[in-house]
Amino acid sequence: MTAEADNAPGSHRARGSYYFRYMVEPYLYLSPAVIVIALVMLVPLAIGISYAFQAVNLLRPFETGWVGFENFHALWSDRKFWLALTNTFWWTLGSIVFQFFLGLGLALLLNTRFYGKRLVQALVFLPWAVPTFLSALTWAWLFNPTIGPLPHWLAALGILSEPFNILGDPNLAMWGPITANVWFGIPFFAITLLAALQSIPGELYEAAEIDGASTWQKFTKITLPFLAPMIAITVMLRTIWIANFADLIFVMTGGGPANSTQILSTYIFTTAFRKLDFGYASAIAVALLGLLLIYAAVLLVLRRKLVKI
Amino acid sequence: MARIELNNVAKSYGSVEVLRDINLSVEDGEFIVLVGPSGCGKSTLLRMIAGLEPISGGEFLVDGGRMNEVPPRDRDMAMVFQSYALYPHMDVSRNMGFSLEIRKAQKEERSRKVADAAKTLGLTSLTERLPRALSGGQRQRVAMGRAIVRDPSAFLFDEPLSNLDAALRVEMRLEIARLHQRLSATMIYVTHDQVEALTLADRIVVLNAGDIQQVGTPLELYERPSNKFVAQFIGSPTMNILGVDRAENGVKLKDGTTLQIGSDSAHWQAHELGVRPEHLDIVTEEAAHMKGVAELVEHLGSDTNIHANVPGVGPVLVRQHGHFPLKTGDAVNIAVDLEKSHLFGFEGRRLEI
Amino acid sequence: MNALRQTSPWVVTGKYLALAFYIAFALFPLYWLTKIAVTPDKLIFSEGTALVPSRFTLENFQTVLLQTDFLAYFRNSLIVSLGTAAITTMIAAAAGYAFSRFDFRGKRLIIALMLITQMFPLLMIIAPIYKIVATLGLLNSLTSLIIVYTAFNIPFATFLMQSFFDGIPKELEDAGMIDGCTRFEALRKIVLPLTLPGLGATLGFIFTAAWSELLFALMLINSNDAMTFPVGLLTFVSKFSVDWGQMMAAGVLALVPSCLFFIFIQRYLVQGLTSGAVKG
Repeated sequence: MTAEADNAPGSHRARGSYYFRYMVEPYLYLSPAVIVIALVMLVPLAIGISYAFQAVNLLRPFETGWVGFENFHALWSDRKFWLALTNTFWWTLGSIVFQFFLGLGLALLLNTRFYGKRLVQALVFLPWAVPTFLSALTWAWLFNPTIGPLPHWLAALGILSEPFNILGDPNLAMWGPITANVWFGIPFFAITLLAALQSIPGELYEAAEIDGASTWQKFTKITLPFLAPMIAITVMLRTIWIANFADLIFVMTGGGPANSTQILSTYIFTTAFRKLDFGYASAIAVALLGLLLIYAAVLLVLRRKLVKI
Repeated sequence: MARIELNNVAKSYGSVEVLRDINLSVEDGEFIVLVGPSGCGKSTLLRMIAGLEPISGGEFLVDGGRMNEVPPRDRDMAMVFQSYALYPHMDVSRNMGFSLEIRKAQKEERSRKVADAAKTLGLTSLTERLPRALSGGQRQRVAMGRAIVRDPSAFLFDEPLSNLDAALRVEMRLEIARLHQRLSATMIYVTHDQVEALTLADRIVVLNAGDIQQVGTPLELYERPSNKFVAQFIGSPTMNILGVDRAENGVKLKDGTTLQIGSDSAHWQAHELGVRPEHLDIVTEEAAHMKGVAELVEHLGSDTNIHANVPGVGPVLVRQHGHFPLKTGDAVNIAVDLEKSHLFGFEGRRLEI
Repeated sequence: MNALRQTSPWVVTGKYLALAFYIAFALFPLYWLTKIAVTPDKLIFSEGTALVPSRFTLENFQTVLLQTDFLAYFRNSLIVSLGTAAITTMIAAAAGYAFSRFDFRGKRLIIALMLITQMFPLLMIIAPIYKIVATLGLLNSLTSLIIVYTAFNIPFATFLMQSFFDGIPKELEDAGMIDGCTRFEALRKIVLPLTLPGLGATLGFIFTAAWSELLFALMLINSNDAMTFPVGLLTFVSKFSVDWGQMMAAGVLALVPSCLFFIFIQRYLVQGLTSGAVKG
């Protein structure tokens, strides 16, 4: 029994520390995470935004200082920027459409019963585990007519006039990274949508069956409405993620040929990495951030208007 | 052994008050049951006593010493959870002996106490199993064993039987009653099941919406509920509540029938009449207070429940002992046992008759 | 939903064809990578596009392992990935526990902050990070990579750990504290043993993420000694751009650790990756 001990003179201290612990404990657990994120991400983010309004070029160390909106003026008249913006749009759209529909198809297949499902699931999700630089290299090699079969197959199918490397053709090059991205991204959609599918109660389908619904009706009346919230959130997050995703393009084409695969994020990286022009790179990044914020805001407003739940 | 006192204890989450002015003293060795509908704050109160929720206001004393700020491990109380909360990665004997392990008790003492408890609860053959290999009833026993092993100053039970099926629930209820007799320890038991409350408790505390409605022995609550809420909560089937108006020498039902009940002052305040189904009787036409039609007759063997509709008064439930030969659609004549009826005022308070 | 209806043989055939297509699409590139890696140099051009080479060799692997800096890159990447995974998981476990078990002032704000870090282009901070790291004299050090990767991965790992903690009933800790534990003891003796699979999965996710990161490593590392695998392989590719067999052998070797981790974490993928998001 601790009753006596508690009446002792020292009990005020004990009382204080009990409440102190209760109030402070969660912050103790959180502080390492918050400190690391603040120091390594948020502070640099603020600095990065400030760079957009400065001249910071490591190759010209004496011409530094605040320049106001000069970087943005340069951006406005930069033909490469507008090209990269258009490319970003097509890159993101092409990747997300194929990733989503193929991912949805795979999720629906995996949600049925068949022999050897565990193995199949492991195999089709495998691309997700392949390091991105390696996916990029592998696909670049596959498109190379010397050692890769793809150009020959495409020529045999009559899609290409002769087996050449599409990564070298400004009109077709973008399809290379998009293919690699689709390959790499299908598992993500399949995994998230499969989880959502599995959370749909089976009784709903049984009830629909009793009511005489066809397979197609069950899909449109039960499956899709249940998946809708998940689809909305994954498509939004994925769009932002793909728009920022520079690795594949950087490794496969480096933005070329003739900037035909240059998207904003690779443009940011090459400007920072090759030209060491941090000010201009940050200005592009701020522009990209602004566009993404507008996109997210529009999507959230749309969602509020369309989804009644 | 412990004497527990709650003085003006309160609990709030931000601006939401969930418990107000709780005053209660539990005698050493007493079995107290906290009962009330879900959301009334009974589990919160128990968790505050255990030390799992901070107390927002008032004082909580054990044997006269303030315990508000003492962490749960130093309160010397054992608790049995609704979900049992057995440690899934430990076998039965380690689950039961965990508190002793934490307190660094001798190994021999630990295994002796665990073996004793296992024997009492009939778990001896299961001590090496993991919780997932046990049935619901066995898990429940292990959870109790975990509490017994500690020999605590008070036992706390948080709806311990609500996950069991009906037959097992009756069995475990008896077991808990036996346990209390044997250990004669202070026990505080939370439930929403009034049968558990009535059968186990020395005294029952009825809670509703964060307030204590009444504290008393099971019989007191049944015979003299302090308000309409307690009256309806205790007793099964539920008490009939019929609207009444003041009349000469008594109250009159909505169909105009006068009942001679209560004192003059009670007549002035009376708003409703409360009468339990077992205090209504099916009688001859002359002796009847109400005349209605049986809408549904339930033959339960030991009892017959007659759901009657009385024109002008509304639905009335009558309970008769044994088999009562009555069919749906039959006319029924109902007499009220005025001695055992209650009058309630406008705020639901019971009026002294 | 499937057992109820007799499905026609056409539907069944179509289903298996579709599955076969997905498997082929997923595995073909990896098969090709391996195929070129085991094809003898002499045959690469004559049989470059044949589905199966007529002879096999492990020579390319030998050369890569013994005559290049491959092993050094591999070691650097292992240090960085393991370090990142261990530190991130520890920090994220603590944060995820706080989110799962406590209600406190500022919780929503911190969660929002973490979500925002998942939204903005990480490349935005590549320039400031470079300058900060250079000022601290940490360019070309694996430590700087570990710190940066740790920060990048904490938010995701935190949400993942939170979903694992959410799966463990709070009452177990309550019971532990009643039984005489402090909260920390209850965490250590009761919750952590039950979270081990979750910790393992988080380690796996973070390891794979750190193992594949390229751009920051490219920016922060330029000395050959400190290069991680992706950077090393990329320089390798530009240096020996004709030696296909060796490049692909190196690629196959880079695949090994990720695949090992993948086998380990794949059964947590569906439940782990989304349990937090789906149920809301």
